[in-house]
Amino acid sequence: MIYDPIDIALILAKIGLVFFVILTLAAYLVFAERKVLAWIQDRKGPNRVGPFGLLQPLADLIKLLTKEDFRPIGADKWLFYLAPAMAAIPAIMIFAVIPFGAPLTLFGHTVPLQVADLNVGLLLFMALSSIAVYGVALGGWASNSKYALLGSIRGLAQLISYELSMGLSLVPVVMLARSFRLSDIVNAQSGCWFIVYQPLAFVIFLISIAAECKRIPFDLPEAEGELVAGFHTEYSGMRFGLFFVGEYINIIVLGGLAATFFLGGWHGPWLPPAVWFALKVLSFAFLFIWMRGTLPRLRYDQLMHFGWKILTPLALVNIVVTGWWLVLRG
Amino acid sequence: METYLFYILAAVTVIGTILAITEKHPVHAIVYLVTSFFSLATIFFLLAAPLVAMFEVIIYAGAVMVLFMFVIMMLDLGRTDEARRPVLKQWLLPIILGGIILASIGTIATGYAAAPHPSGALTVRDFAETLFRKYGVAVEIISMQLLFAVVGALYLGRKGKP
Repeated sequence: MIYDPIDIALILAKIGLVFFVILTLAAYLVFAERKVLAWIQDRKGPNRVGPFGLLQPLADLIKLLTKEDFRPIGADKWLFYLAPAMAAIPAIMIFAVIPFGAPLTLFGHTVPLQVADLNVGLLLFMALSSIAVYGVALGGWASNSKYALLGSIRGLAQLISYELSMGLSLVPVVMLARSFRLSDIVNAQSGCWFIVYQPLAFVIFLISIAAECKRIPFDLPEAEGELVAGFHTEYSGMRFGLFFVGEYINIIVLGGLAATFFLGGWHGPWLPPAVWFALKVLSFAFLFIWMRGTLPRLRYDQLMHFGWKILTPLALVNIVVTGWWLVLRG
Repeated sequence: METYLFYILAAVTVIGTILAITEKHPVHAIVYLVTSFFSLATIFFLLAAPLVAMFEVIIYAGAVMVLFMFVIMMLDLGRTDEARRPVLKQWLLPIILGGIILASIGTIATGYAAAPHPSGALTVRDFAETLFRKYGVAVEIISMQLLFAVVGALYLGRKGKP
């Protein structure tokens, strides 16, 4: 197989661009979260470093990098060091299948604005999101601390509860688009967004991704009121930073997926496609911050009951109804 | 390129599985097994079967192993001092059965010529057609069997037996 050097260069450029944009966005999402939370709670938020506190993420990064890298006695050395990476890497990898703009034409090549257009893109998202929990589970277990262990057990229990309903809520999307390929799903929504046909699936997916991000009201693995800091209690410096940034990368990636599956991806009038996509992702990020500022935390048996006894049956009924509707419509 | 990738992945799979069997600590064994599943999935991908690759990760690495890990952490089964290596008597039957399986795979593998490499990746549609048109009845029977197992487990596990 002969590869065109321009193609390879374009693919590498896309990967570099995605990395840069996601990491910068994740850092500034931390800042935005602190600002928005402060606004909700009638405070000022970070405003000392740079104009309006805009350099705060940079200062935080320097602080995290220069902190002591600490490992508790009795911790499982390799797993303790490996776990933060296991939490952050799958989150970034998922973005490879998300189309973030309309195809461009550069140097006579048509460039789809998507790193990899797999024909099982949706399933790759399911696979990587189920792998991502190992970072939380192993990190907490390897710390050899009871709070961290409780956090990881909750993380695993949470994954088992929401993952099924998340997968089932995406089945109607696949039935409507007739493809697992994310670019096909986006193109199928050029006329009408799937949220119009599938409001219930959208709500189920939104609740499930809130649980996947481990955000309030589903931040049980961390639960700083009861478990100190949950699974990352024993982590310091940049290892904690990886867990932390991984969470925000997850918000961006899952917001992008929600936009792709239900809000037409990059489709939209007047504005350029990539801007539409960014707007949709950022509004999901704002929604998550808003939820954190507003809602209380659930108990973890409540989450499991909610996932298994309400969300999963609803998603199943939704699939059957969608199937009948598609058959009757012909 | 694909050939080199295959040999690297095959080595990772085999070594990972062997370590998963010999490792005394259950959590470490799970990590090795997940690694081996992951590289096995990539091998499926190289064999132009992306759907099987994704199922391998979602079901085995993602669901089954997460459940295993949940049980190990929940019941605190990570005590390595109680675990001993199995004695020869316990190894005997697995070795005999494993030998039979290896011999049958060897017979089949040497009897057939290598299948021609498929031209493109197998689509989800082809897979679904084969599964639900050609083998529809078999799929239904297997799913009924799984349902019986679930009902049986619920019956055994419920509180206040009659």
